[in-house]
Amino acid sequence: MDGDHRTAGAPGDDLVVTGVSKRFGGVPALSQVSVTIKAGTVHALIGENGAGKSTLGKIISGVIEPDEGSVVLGGAPLHMRSPREAMAHGIVTIAQELAIVPSLSVAENVYLGAEVATGGFVRRREARRRFRELAQRVGFDLQPDVPAGALSTADKQKVEIMRALSRNASFVVMDEPSAALSSHETAALHHIIRSLTAQGTAVILISHFLSEVLSLSDTITTLRDGHLIRTVEASGATEDSLIEGMLGRSLSAAFPDKTPAPPDAPVVLDVSHLCAPKVEDCSFVLHCGEILGIAGLVGAGRSELARAILRDARSSAGSVRLDGQELAGHSPRRAIRRGLVLIPESRKEMGLLMGRSVRENISLSRLDLVSRAGWVARLRERREVAALMSKTTVKAADMGLPATMLSGGNQQKLLFARSVMCAPTVLIADEPTRGVDVGSKRAIYDLLVQMAQDGMGIIVISSELEEVLGLAHRVLVMRHGRISAELTGPDMTEGAVLAAAFAETSAS
Amino acid sequence: MTRHTMSNVAPPTDLEAVASGTRASRLMQSWRMAGIFIPFLILFIVLSITSSAFLHTANLINILDQQASTLCIAAAGTLVLVAGGIDLSVGSTYALAGVTAGQIGQHHSIFIAIAVALAIGLLVGLVNGVVVTVFKISPLITTLAMSYVIEGLALKITAGNLILTGNIPGFTTFATATFLSVPSAVWMTAVFVVVLALLLSRTTFGRYVVAAGGNAEAARLAGVRVGGIKITTFVLSGLAAALGGVIDASRLGSILANSGGAGLSFTVLAGIVVGGTSIAGGEGSGWRTAIGVLFIALIGNGFDLLGVDPNWQQIVLGLILLVAVGLDMWTRRARR
Repeated sequence: MDGDHRTAGAPGDDLVVTGVSKRFGGVPALSQVSVTIKAGTVHALIGENGAGKSTLGKIISGVIEPDEGSVVLGGAPLHMRSPREAMAHGIVTIAQELAIVPSLSVAENVYLGAEVATGGFVRRREARRRFRELAQRVGFDLQPDVPAGALSTADKQKVEIMRALSRNASFVVMDEPSAALSSHETAALHHIIRSLTAQGTAVILISHFLSEVLSLSDTITTLRDGHLIRTVEASGATEDSLIEGMLGRSLSAAFPDKTPAPPDAPVVLDVSHLCAPKVEDCSFVLHCGEILGIAGLVGAGRSELARAILRDARSSAGSVRLDGQELAGHSPRRAIRRGLVLIPESRKEMGLLMGRSVRENISLSRLDLVSRAGWVARLRERREVAALMSKTTVKAADMGLPATMLSGGNQQKLLFARSVMCAPTVLIADEPTRGVDVGSKRAIYDLLVQMAQDGMGIIVISSELEEVLGLAHRVLVMRHGRISAELTGPDMTEGAVLAAAFAETSAS
Repeated sequence: MTRHTMSNVAPPTDLEAVASGTRASRLMQSWRMAGIFIPFLILFIVLSITSSAFLHTANLINILDQQASTLCIAAAGTLVLVAGGIDLSVGSTYALAGVTAGQIGQHHSIFIAIAVALAIGLLVGLVNGVVVTVFKISPLITTLAMSYVIEGLALKITAGNLILTGNIPGFTTFATATFLSVPSAVWMTAVFVVVLALLLSRTTFGRYVVAAGGNAEAARLAGVRVGGIKITTFVLSGLAAALGGVIDASRLGSILANSGGAGLSFTVLAGIVVGGTSIAGGEGSGWRTAIGVLFIALIGNGFDLLGVDPNWQQIVLGLILLVAVGLDMWTRRARR
């Protein structure tokens, strides 16, 4: 399939969104938003979760139809009822949740829905040839015959980008493309975005990362509460001005003050020579009241280390001592009872019961505290949950609401509320602010700091360097399953972390 | 509307979105709650008006009596479904328990006969549960395979003969003795259904069942013993199937090795699904299952009373099932 079947618009036409409104079940998600996206530019859409930026992206890419207003390309309004129709106009989406068929090969995924075929028969050799050509053009190093499911998140994203390019997209909508990427993968993505625009393709970038937005974009549109706040040239914007636009107020400081634990604070967690799948010989201690950051590239074994500490992975060697006592057994349940709690990296897949109420999600781990002989004491549960919600600043109109109805930040806070109920001595928070808006991020940082001050030992695993550096009193850097560096005090710099994360032999 | 007045008070935050989201979600939740009750009520009223025989105590008690075994099995099946499983072996477990009770009852006390029958149900459930959770074989395949094994066993025990239970002294009384002119089968069923419905809705076990079916990995990381919970639901399902088999063997005076079978398993499943329990797990209620089973029974009863061609029953039931599953999928999608 080539670009000749495009029904409207020619290369170089601008995409004009005029007066678009959208309501979901009576709730306005977008109100009268107008934006012009110039060909060959990077146009960022920013705003807090729920501001309407993803909705706008979905309208542009034909995933949802607007209630009012239209999307105009080359002077003709587009009537798109599906992403396929949008694709025919040269508009392609790379979604937050990647649309990859894991069992199909990389090349098959790239040409999914537009197979290189004659009379219904797929021409595999031709497809592979075209794939190689395309891969070379964008400079991706992907094998066409590997099952796509075996790829890393970053490589899956590359597959999606190649899919977009194979359709001769002139507008690519990217929804949080770097949310699941580590820093060097993000750098590669940025390179790709720049080369896309150099070829005349416009990129509509929806992102939470303001530094990314500022360094990549030509134009930035800020949305708040479904309304267009302003569209500005990126050259005239600063992080502060963007935050101010998103929040309607300025954010005092990104991180709370550090109050490191005294050096003689007792050790609460002692991990020694721990080995598990993707974890090799890791040893460290965690003190009472300390926030320990774990940095490293995606795939360096950070989450696996967390699982191994929880005794949730088959560890082949080493020991985990919690409060001086060996943590035996191999279930998260045992660890929780002993006072070690994990907030997993993906709240939707591993953390929450999305369809169930706020109340049920919070009390799940310690239902025994609000029940008698297996019978849930609903009044006691409600009181307990209400207290936890105010403590962890969960904003929900009603604790009976299902978790899906909450913003990403509040969903994450549910997991914190659940953890607080467990009254742990050690909390491991894996990517605690992934997919969380700016305002909630700060609230979560405050929570972590507060919990540390209350005497918990806290481990923060994060792909966001500034988060690790801004929160932690001490940083461990992981590489290939090993701890490649331990950084404290003035050594905690971005450069040092990156060096240790990438270093080939020096650190280990 | 409220948007502007509210923003005077506080800067518009996601709190506002949550507040307005409440109405939509409440509506959806109340649909789930009301889902089957409203059609049930309408059908009940329509039948009361159109058929003079319908609204007689004898007819209503008769319906409940006939549905006793299905209600018991469906109440436990709801737990299995909510925990993310499915049990297609209940039909044959029902028959195996029934014929075993009948056989043993010929020579031993009915107490022993019933106890052994129930123990068989427990055992079948335990095997199902362990195979599904420990060997990680899909519950659909596990229980389908088990249903053949169990039916084979039942045929072996009875050599294919009809097992007469009506001649066993006291056996018939088990399910047909009346109290307040309601047969004991109905009383037992009522107690069993209420206990299981409360187990699901009000106990920690019920919460864990919902969690295990809604998101097994999240539940496990939150400290729920997912495997144990799932096994327990299968054990309860096996027990309920056995109880149903014994009740019907007692009520009907005879039972065959292939009574029940796949037909019963699917009738039970239909009742649960029409009651609004999600086949995807993580959501459901015992109360609504009971109404779902009775809804299907009312359709059958109504068609009989009104003299409609019984072949229509099947067609109507099929369409209702499709609508029920369709609505479930639709609400799930709307929630994303």
